[in-house]
Amino acid sequence: MIIEYSGLSQIVGPLVTLEGVPGAIYDEMVELCLQDGSVRVGRVVKVEGDKLVVQVFEGTRGLSLENTQTHFTGKPIELALSKEILGRTFDGLGRPKDGLGEVYAECRRDVNGAPMNPVSRMYPQNYINTGVSSIDALATLIRGQKLPIFSGSGMKHNELAVQLVRQASLADEADFAIVFAAMGVKNDVAQYFIDSFESANVMSRVVMFLNLANDPIIERVITPRCALAAAEYLAFEKGMHILVIMTDITSYAEALREFSSSKGEIPGRKGFPGYLYSDLASLYERAGILKGKGGSVTQIPILTMPNDDITHPIPDLTGYITEGQIVLGRELDSTGIYPPVSVLPSLSRLMKDGIGEGFTRKDHSAAANQLFASYAKVQDAKALASVIGEDELSLADRKLMEFGREFERRFLNQGYNENRKIDETLDLGWALLSMLPREELDRVDDETLDEHYHPTEANEENS
Amino acid sequence: MANEYQIYGINGPVVTIAGPTALRMMEMVYVGEGRLIGEVIGLDVAMTTIQVYEETTGLSAGQPVYATGELMSVTLGPGLLSNIFDGIERPLNALEEATGSFIGRGCNLPALDAERLWDVTILAKPGDEVSGGTVLATCPETSAILHKVILSPIFSGRIVEVKSDGQYTVNNVIAVLEDTNGNRHELTLCQRWPIRSPRPVEKRLAPTRPLITGQRVIDTLLPIAKGGAAAIPGGFGTGKTMTQHQLAKWCNADIIVYIGCGERGNEMTQVLTEFSELLDPKSGKPLTDRTILIANTSNMPVAAREASIYTGITLAEYYRDMGYHIAIMADSTSRWAEALREISGRLEEMPADEGFPAYLPSRLAEFYERAGYTQNQNGTEGSITIIGAVSPQGSDFSEPVTQNTKRFTRCFWALDKSLAYARHYPAINWTESYSEYTVPLTDWFHENVGADFLSMRGQLFKILLEENQLLEIVKLIGADVLPDDQKLTLETARVIRVGFLQQNAFHADDTFVSLRKQKEMMRLILLLHEKARQIVLRQVPVVQIVKTGLFEKLVKMKYNIPNDNPEMFAEYAADIDNKLAPLIKKAGM
Repeated sequence: MIIEYSGLSQIVGPLVTLEGVPGAIYDEMVELCLQDGSVRVGRVVKVEGDKLVVQVFEGTRGLSLENTQTHFTGKPIELALSKEILGRTFDGLGRPKDGLGEVYAECRRDVNGAPMNPVSRMYPQNYINTGVSSIDALATLIRGQKLPIFSGSGMKHNELAVQLVRQASLADEADFAIVFAAMGVKNDVAQYFIDSFESANVMSRVVMFLNLANDPIIERVITPRCALAAAEYLAFEKGMHILVIMTDITSYAEALREFSSSKGEIPGRKGFPGYLYSDLASLYERAGILKGKGGSVTQIPILTMPNDDITHPIPDLTGYITEGQIVLGRELDSTGIYPPVSVLPSLSRLMKDGIGEGFTRKDHSAAANQLFASYAKVQDAKALASVIGEDELSLADRKLMEFGREFERRFLNQGYNENRKIDETLDLGWALLSMLPREELDRVDDETLDEHYHPTEANEENS
Repeated sequence: MANEYQIYGINGPVVTIAGPTALRMMEMVYVGEGRLIGEVIGLDVAMTTIQVYEETTGLSAGQPVYATGELMSVTLGPGLLSNIFDGIERPLNALEEATGSFIGRGCNLPALDAERLWDVTILAKPGDEVSGGTVLATCPETSAILHKVILSPIFSGRIVEVKSDGQYTVNNVIAVLEDTNGNRHELTLCQRWPIRSPRPVEKRLAPTRPLITGQRVIDTLLPIAKGGAAAIPGGFGTGKTMTQHQLAKWCNADIIVYIGCGERGNEMTQVLTEFSELLDPKSGKPLTDRTILIANTSNMPVAAREASIYTGITLAEYYRDMGYHIAIMADSTSRWAEALREISGRLEEMPADEGFPAYLPSRLAEFYERAGYTQNQNGTEGSITIIGAVSPQGSDFSEPVTQNTKRFTRCFWALDKSLAYARHYPAINWTESYSEYTVPLTDWFHENVGADFLSMRGQLFKILLEENQLLEIVKLIGADVLPDDQKLTLETARVIRVGFLQQNAFHADDTFVSLRKQKEMMRLILLLHEKARQIVLRQVPVVQIVKTGLFEKLVKMKYNIPNDNPEMFAEYAADIDNKLAPLIKKAGM
């Protein structure tokens, strides 16, 4: 049913109300034609008899009650897809932005997608070598995983994301592509990503969806959905391995809050709508591998924690949905450690089944466990040292402090272009652990220790 | 037609019908031309409110709503075990065949396979006086579980006709019942039951038997009884799901109902793949044979998430009525509470704490009270144990879901972020957690594990509490200045923490440990502690005892003493005696 109506009855924020429109379909896309001939896109978000509420993505500035023609398309928001989208740039609603014309559509997809049947999923087990020690060893990225980067303003999350893309793609011989969704990021940041993709020679394998900081806010609610529809298409129709980078989830959630409050909904924590969890899940859960479909969708969402607060609703709810998180630490960042991965709160939930013999190396899980446990003890020693001074510490604690420093300096810290092999990373880990007395290593069985614990070498190196 | 209405309004999962209707509260309806499943949740003269269990995209005002005349119900019968359903009991395997890898809408598939034939042994005879719960027939459902076809609690009367033993589908009539009013009812292998009404039992019994989980921190320190309810609260990454997986794998219930309520899809896939590979330690059969999975992942419709908890417990009650012991893992009840909040918000109800509806505590109570150790209508005993994960916002246990859950559960296993950061799993904090079941279980422990078990447990607890106080001091001035007896307490506490409480789920021996081995491990630790204390009291520095390597040896005994070799504990005890002998001599004892 395609119908046109003229006139609106109310405009509030990004929402317009129409009356006397029977039969409008919930969630369908509408086009609003302004007096000056320009067209805006909206979506039906509420139906009440013949009254309906439409959310206008580009904002309502310049809309008038009388001279607006509303055109009902009868379809949800769809994205035209074909393999041609590789290398193209789109705006936040999935319209071409690079002046290369419309995409010849092999098929059109509802951007909202549909939930994957848990029965059809394949449990992700293939490890992706990123060449970053802290991630490979301690929070291993698995193909088909959703592993966000929790960062703060001013920290080097973009650099880390680019390094992950560059080094992960290098290792990958299979059909590989990147889908990049920018939500409310600065122009500079978007440009940084574009330049980095170009210098890594992967631009022809990147699909971009850009909603920048000065683009319409409500449009942001659709941007990641377009990106994920494209990713699903490439992964499950074309059998490609897709890495989706979404930045910045915080801007997305704020757009959702703005939309929710203008709709007059009852707010939950910090004014965010009560359905923020379900909404974020509808994005993150689109990562995965399906049986018999070949490809995979791996997500690396980036979010900046407001005031570095990990208990803020956005990182909090994200952490409950994603399969782990990589947390960047302000303290490490300010001491010049790159990447400033805060080891203890970082975690990869899928790691346990994707490492070890046949995937990485037999001793991987023992090394990772011990590094975590020992580094946790370093924190206790540090806390004590800040009270009584490092000189007053016991010998064991002083050794721990030494280990902590070396761990940060040599293991966490690495060059922006440095691509460490997993063997290198694990050997380095054991070398560092060998600085500690053997009885301190209580997470490792004797057999593994016999093989990897070499205190003399470690001491020579450090003396 | 009286049982067909028209949609008036649509707002997310909530659909309204204008004007009076003949619908009932909680009646199941089909919404729209696609016949999406919905449930009536509000009735007034002007407006009927329906929550829809599927995405409402594509509905429009004026589309039909069909009444079914039945309350929101599930089908109960053979074929539930080793199956996986969504929140409203739609079989996900069949759904995959119907709509592919992504879940389509408006697919009303029968929950149980209508084609499959079951080997039925008929037990009822014509002339039998029967009532709710009577076992009419049996059939082997999986290699581990014998399914008992029981008479639905709504019926009673006399059997007038039965079929002979043989192969039947779930919908074949196996017997005919004549009730007291002379009405005839045809009985099949399956029955329907409304999910929000608890199935009746004869009476509730006291929970006096433990649910043995093989996890030391739970079985020894914080035990749970069969028929009890426990909450596992914890921030993200603290291992709620891991703990629940461990319990689902190893606990000694007959049947596990695992409800993935608003959680990750990959986790459900993991349960599916892992459980089909693992063998039940009791029966030696694959774990899937005793497991029912309910998967309503976080991106599946929110109203169905709300229903999934009730669906799960109704299935559990059905098997309890056959005389089985069931453990329910609900992961996570916070997501369920959020679903309540979301729907309440769409209904524009007045919110209470943090936007949750005022009826949150009563709904939680209703759910947890369906747990219990019971005598069933047919005289058998069964139990339902509920283990609910709670995901507190910002890891703050003062939020409403955690607080209200605490009121209705008697076991509280608080997961601790700092333990998880140090990769101490299971990250159950022993000072914050509690179990009220220790007292009712006392007799059982005395009879089955030994009279000294609980006193050793008490000593263990005491050392841990002392450590806790000492650590406050250590934080300020360091461990070096402590007197030797306190240093010993720290040393022993470390053995308890690392060697006993911490348990490696990926280690073949350590993943499940029998109560007997738990007790022996405790005994060794306390033996060493007591001997060392005697020596330290005679002014021998604790460092010398540490040098014997005995503490390290006990830390690793969980790996080095295999589960099937309890004789090694005597060797360990002898070794303690030997190594400490010179020190004892030195101390002049």
